[in-house]
Parts: sequence; C-alpha cells; structure tokens
Amino acid sequence: MASSQIVLQLLSGRSPVRPSWLICEDCDTVYLRRELAAGEVAVCARCGAVLERHIRFSVDALAALVLTALIVFIMGNMWPVATLSLNGREISATLWDMILIMWRDHSRIIGAITAITLFYFPLLNMMGIGWLLLFARQGRRAPGFRLLMITMHYLGPWTMSEVFVLGALVAMVKAKSYFEVMPNPGIYAYAALMVLITVFASIDLRRLWDVVPDHSP
Amino acid sequence: MTTALLRAHELGLIGCQVCGLVCREPTRPDAACPRCGSALRRRKPDSVRRTWALLIAAFIVYIPANVLPIMRTVSPGDVDDNTILTGVVELWEKGSQELAIIVFTASIVVPMLKFLVLGTLLVCAQRGTSWAQPQRARLYRLIELIGHWSMLDVFVVALLTALVRFSLLSSVEPLPGVIFFGLTVVLTMFAALSFDPRMTWDDKGRE
Repeated sequence: MASSQIVLQLLSGRSPVRPSWLICEDCDTVYLRRELAAGEVAVCARCGAVLERHIRFSVDALAALVLTALIVFIMGNMWPVATLSLNGREISATLWDMILIMWRDHSRIIGAITAITLFYFPLLNMMGIGWLLLFARQGRRAPGFRLLMITMHYLGPWTMSEVFVLGALVAMVKAKSYFEVMPNPGIYAYAALMVLITVFASIDLRRLWDVVPDHSP
Repeated sequence: MTTALLRAHELGLIGCQVCGLVCREPTRPDAACPRCGSALRRRKPDSVRRTWALLIAAFIVYIPANVLPIMRTVSPGDVDDNTILTGVVELWEKGSQELAIIVFTASIVVPMLKFLVLGTLLVCAQRGTSWAQPQRARLYRLIELIGHWSMLDVFVVALLTALVRFSLLSSVEPLPGVIFFGLTVVLTMFAALSFDPRMTWDDKGRE
C-alpha cells in the first residue's frame, strides 16, 4: 500500500474518525481497509499480526452458533463429567460440584479461579454475544451495546472451557490407574463446546461496531 | 518497502485499543474514543514497569508452585504427595506418555517460556534495539495464545478432588502448591496483557 495514498486521504478528509482505516494492534502500522474475499486474511506487513479475517458466517449463522454453544454449555454443566467407581461405590461430579467442593472444603482461590474461568466468564461471553447478535440481525444496536462490546473485549483471554476439556481428560487418565473410570455426557458436551469456541475465536466481534450502525443522536 | 509502512503516530492518527477505531490525534491528553468511550492512548499505560512488576511477582509465586506439593492422594496405609513434576512423571509411568508430554508442556514449558520471552522482550524494549523484531513480535503472539493453557494442572487437581471422595478408602486433596501455581498463571497472563507489543518496533535508530 502506497504511503502517498494514505497521506492524500488524510489531508483531504475532514472527519476526525476514519472507519475505513485499520491500525495494526501489535505495531501501530496504518492500513486502508479492503473488503476481504472468502478465506482471505489480512496480515500486517511489518509484524505479521492478523489484521482482519474474512467472516464466513452471516449474522444469522453466528446467532445460531451462539445459541448452540449456549445449549451445549448448559448440558455440559448439568451432566456429570465423569464417574469413578471403587468396590462398587460410585462417585460422579459435575463442573459445579467441582467448583463448590473447592470453594467450601479446600481453597477459595482455586474455587474462584475455576468458577470465573469455567462458568461465569464463558456464560457471560456467550450470553453477551447472543444478545448483541439478536439485535444485530435486525440491524440494530442492542441495549447496552457499548458496555457489552467493551466487556467482551476484556473478557476474551479469561474463558478457559477448552482447557478444562484437556484437564478432564488428564484427570480421568490419572484416576484410571486406581479406579474404574467412566466418562459421562458432560465431558462430551464440553468437547463439542471446545469446537464451537474455536470457531468463535476466529471471529473478530469488533466488526459489529462497523456492521451495526449507531442510531443514537 | 519499509518506507511505505507508516505508523499511526507518523500520520497523526491513533487507534482505539478497545474498539479499534482509527481517530485523528486528539489535542487533549485525556481524550476518549468517540465510539466506545474508552481512553484514547497511544500505548498501554506504564507498560514496562507494570509488566516487570507482574512478571517478578509471578516468578516469586512460581517457586513455591514448583517446590510445594500440589495434590495429596490418600489411600489406606498410604499418603502420597505430588508436585507438578512428580505428577508428570507418574502420568508418564502409569498413564499415558502423550498426555504426560502435554501436561509437561502446559505446566512447565509454557510458564518458563513466558518468563524467558517476556523478560527478553522487556529488556529489548528498554534498550530500543531493532534486533530480531519479527521474531520478537511472533514470540509475543505465541505467549498470548498459549498462556491460559497452563491452567490445565489446576483443573486436573480440582476435578480429581471432586471425583476421588471414597471417604476412608481413597481421597484426593489439593495442597498449597496448586494455589501458588494458579496464581502464577493468572499473574503471567496479566503480565502478557500489560506488555505493549508496539514497543518492539520502537527502535531508536529509525526514530
């Protein structure tokens, strides 16, 4: 991209805001935004960071995806993750059993970390995205749009459902040398959630700022 | 080619760090983004000092996280305490070697890598060197991407504690090491978030 082109645009424009521009978040390099074709990814020429990805899902498809993730999340939380048996006695645990046992009997800190990264933040994240998309489908900004968009931005790195799937797998393998271990539907729901979350991770929700116009005065 | 890549400050622009909006350089220092209302800043505030502080704090809790046992297994006539490392060894011997490698990576390699990489990035940024800029940029993104996977062992201990509750026959309890380890992960994640990768490209030679 020619720098003279950017400078020309800069000098000619009067508006203080430039939505058609893009600044690399990792190195501050300025680009003019270009429509991406299916499968295309815009990469920063200086530092190699991903600037923007083509979003292959429509708003409707995204809304359906969130709804699916939410249902799977609820199932994953209702059903036990695994059952252990020893001499005919069986013990199974759900995600919330795990959080509550940690909080009540052992360590509040670990209880809080697990509750936040495995329950509250993922739930808030999915409900937030769902709420935003519900209104975006009608081309409107949801009530609380700005606050939610900012919250989602900060929540990003702190949802760890996908790590829990691997953790549960390790825990089951460890338990296997002493007990009979049965994986329960909860862990399958979580495995499905892991896939859905990976799909979401590739979508930059910040595009909603541009896609959904602001009608407020 | 490099001359064509202009940076925001060279064009009198500023990008909102929360919503990404590109704005003209504001005249007031306390300006807010017109779109999302967040403070418009060129850089993450006080990045070098905050990142060092968090990184050092993380390193301090990382020591008990490794030395102290993270989990106790109680069975009749036997009490077995595991540290992170002995947990990996046990998994290697009794469980699955593939999973042992994954746990070793998540619990030992990733935290060490975070200390090394963030430390190096900070020293380089403070010196304003242009050494290995593309590689440094890539390392930062790697740290950001894999950072939260270290929480793996915390979840393993928590789930085992919830599952293995056969009163006198057999039980698992978390031990303080796991708290320190969880704190290490949280602190290193905050350290990575407070580091501003834009500093990597602020070499003194070109300014």
